Amino acid sequence: MATAARRTQGASASAKSAAAKSAAGKSPSKGRAAKGAATNAPTLSKEEELHAYREMLLIRRFEEKAGQMYGMGLIGGFCHLYIGQEAVVVGMQMASNDGDQVITGYRDHGHMLVTGMDPKGVLAELTGRRGGYSKGKGGSMHMFSKEKQFFGGHGIVGAQVPLGTGLAFANRYKGDDAVSLVYFGDGAANQGQVYESFNMAALWKLPVVYVIENNRYAMGTSVTRSAAQSDFSKRGISFGIPGEQVDGMDIRAVREAGARAVEHARSGEGPYILEMLTYRYRGHSMSDPAKYRTKDEVSRMREEHDPIEQVRRRLIGEFGVPEDELKGIDGQIRKIVNEAADFATSDPEPDVSELFTDILH
Amino acid sequence: MPIDVLMPALSPTMEQGKLAKWLKKEGDTVKSGDILAEIETDKATMEVEAVDEGVLAKILVAEDTDNVAVNTPIAIIAEEGEDVSAAASAGPSAAKVEPAPAPAQDGAPAQMAAEGMAAEPAGSAPTGGTEPVARPAAPAVMRPEGVYDATQEIPAGTELVTMTVREALRDAMAEEMRRDETVFVMGEEVAEYQGAYKVTQGLLQEFGARRVIDTPITEHGFAGLGVGAAFAGLRPIVEFMTFNFAMQAIDQIINSAAKTLYMSGGQLGAPMVFRGPNGAASRVAAQHSHDYAAWYSNVPGLKVVMPYTAADAKGLLKSAIRDPNPVIFLENEILYGQSFPVPKLDDFTVPIGKAKIHREGTDCTIVSFGIGMTYALKAAHELEGEGISCEVVDLRTIRPMDSETVVASVMKTGRCVCVEEGFPQSGVSAEIATRVQADAFDYLDAPVARVTGKDVPMPYAANLEKLALPSVAEVVEAVKAVCYR
Repeated sequence: MATAARRTQGASASAKSAAAKSAAGKSPSKGRAAKGAATNAPTLSKEEELHAYREMLLIRRFEEKAGQMYGMGLIGGFCHLYIGQEAVVVGMQMASNDGDQVITGYRDHGHMLVTGMDPKGVLAELTGRRGGYSKGKGGSMHMFSKEKQFFGGHGIVGAQVPLGTGLAFANRYKGDDAVSLVYFGDGAANQGQVYESFNMAALWKLPVVYVIENNRYAMGTSVTRSAAQSDFSKRGISFGIPGEQVDGMDIRAVREAGARAVEHARSGEGPYILEMLTYRYRGHSMSDPAKYRTKDEVSRMREEHDPIEQVRRRLIGEFGVPEDELKGIDGQIRKIVNEAADFATSDPEPDVSELFTDILH
Repeated sequence: MPIDVLMPALSPTMEQGKLAKWLKKEGDTVKSGDILAEIETDKATMEVEAVDEGVLAKILVAEDTDNVAVNTPIAIIAEEGEDVSAAASAGPSAAKVEPAPAPAQDGAPAQMAAEGMAAEPAGSAPTGGTEPVARPAAPAVMRPEGVYDATQEIPAGTELVTMTVREALRDAMAEEMRRDETVFVMGEEVAEYQGAYKVTQGLLQEFGARRVIDTPITEHGFAGLGVGAAFAGLRPIVEFMTFNFAMQAIDQIINSAAKTLYMSGGQLGAPMVFRGPNGAASRVAAQHSHDYAAWYSNVPGLKVVMPYTAADAKGLLKSAIRDPNPVIFLENEILYGQSFPVPKLDDFTVPIGKAKIHREGTDCTIVSFGIGMTYALKAAHELEGEGISCEVVDLRTIRPMDSETVVASVMKTGRCVCVEEGFPQSGVSAEIATRVQADAFDYLDAPVARVTGKDVPMPYAANLEKLALPSVAEVVEAVKAVCYR
């Protein structure tokens, strides 16, 4: 696990420290601590750490609830949990602006929550109810919010990559300054359409950041068994796309690298690749017993690298936040999630007339 | 032995072209690889290279000559050591040389044109419409209530201009791009090359590289990119050089474009057109000849359009570009060069999902679409001479399918023959037959018959390819069979 951002290929040819300073200077993110630039070690302010803690905890508790409800038979089909990977989306969201688009694959609940989508609507979609974001017709893998610029939620591995590149194409066509954040995993990174997209994005200098969430396993196949080049940050080299490996368990590293990547894309320099070294604690989906890895490996990640625990320790140790205050936040999050669960179990199923709606405009 | 230089074909479907310019003159020495002349079709300009060495003894077809049929001797080369003047006076060795007939000049083609059939042959058909003719007032025909009347699409007295399907498609795109800033066209060779089949000719010059975009050869990628752009509010026209290549992209077409509106509970859709030539061209073998009408027509969330005439191509493409849904627009390379009357209107559209009675009749309904119409219309013409009156229904849209028009026609004639180039199993004809038997069972005097492409991959050999495709004779035979004649 890398501990700091490591630039593997720089089209801009700037030294790492210069790039970091530049990112700090132009960063669109809010209230970046001044000492961060000075020491070149990414840090967050107390408010940012609290924000990150809240956001990551919401995803964690939401996913735990979803897992529980799946076990009770309230959620059907496929359900892919994001537990362990929370720092990736939260850090990226802190590095991006309102109006920037987000698109991802099927492990998508965290991405939706972090764009501000209502947990009630997301969970009700998981339970297939009419108040779900897709009126119960999409399910766990297929939710969208035009309002929050969240474009799914795609069940075909890698398909979101050309789609997200198309969002970036539209940004350039319209002349707005939005950036498209395209998330995909280490498994999707081996799909051909990813490289078709890299080529066009680099050729046309499209404002897109490719966030490769490397959680080490494409379902049951480890990276070492599936990738000839397992350093995914290098996958854009032949297209001249800069990339870096980031400790995806450390929200500070994610936010810092994310700001640099987003700025690169927004300034017209073209695409940027961030490989987030992360880990999912649960199986690929609810039906996966995850026998392809040891219990030790999982518990070591949880104990030593948990993204939420890292923030919690800093809030208490470095910022002197009383444990009671954090417990208060925990309570608020549990309340939000419980209310979502109540809604998702009491909301009626879609009206049968919905079977034949929304096929064509 | 003097050598004839023949008019070359630029493509498998080219039948004639213009000899634009001679770059060598009589008496010039030529060697292999020298450029002898330039020839043009409405698709492209190409150079004629010398294959043989010698002296250009005689030019048989002067420059700036239109409608020179492929394989016509255009010059004679005297080989080294031969008497140039003897070679020149000997004339071409081919038995007879005659120019290709100009479109619709003798009686038969004129009659066929009057029946709404394409002016043939393809190639350098007149561009832009030389002789405008006014459309006669729609004949008063009794139609069952509620059945669509396509004759009302063109107001009486509208001026008609002759143009090719290719030009009609280009004009449709240009008009819609002028009308809506969010419309753009992307695909392989659509911009600087002016279109692999010249359908996007002139668009780059008018609209610029921002809206007319050459893509790398990356169908899956650019189809998906187009869908993403449509999600974000643009209206892409994605051109596939042929729909055979769209198989690389079919996941994005089906899983992303067609299903997202439903999967998002109506929040997000893909307003876009996937278009390009579909089906068999001529001698391009199995991987370049597939007809995908039945495939796409199987998918909820798509509209599937397959026009025959230039007017329908124009009116339907304009409607497709404006449609808020993903539309599969299936063109045909052989039809590109065929000419039809097109109404001269500022904004001529044809509604998607409505069939057209192309020809009225009383004894048997023939249902077809796209290039299948060429067999249907020729068969109807032939059968008329044998006293069988066929009503030819052009579906124009495969999905949503206008069953009402088909069923109403079958209720009138009591018989139905379906014609398509696609494969028989699970084909569009199978769908039509199911609907007809369900909705007009009591009116049928014979089982529904179908004439389709054969159940084989498209062969390359000319004789086998001909056998693999439907024929006019097969349609005639099928109609006679259902009429018990």
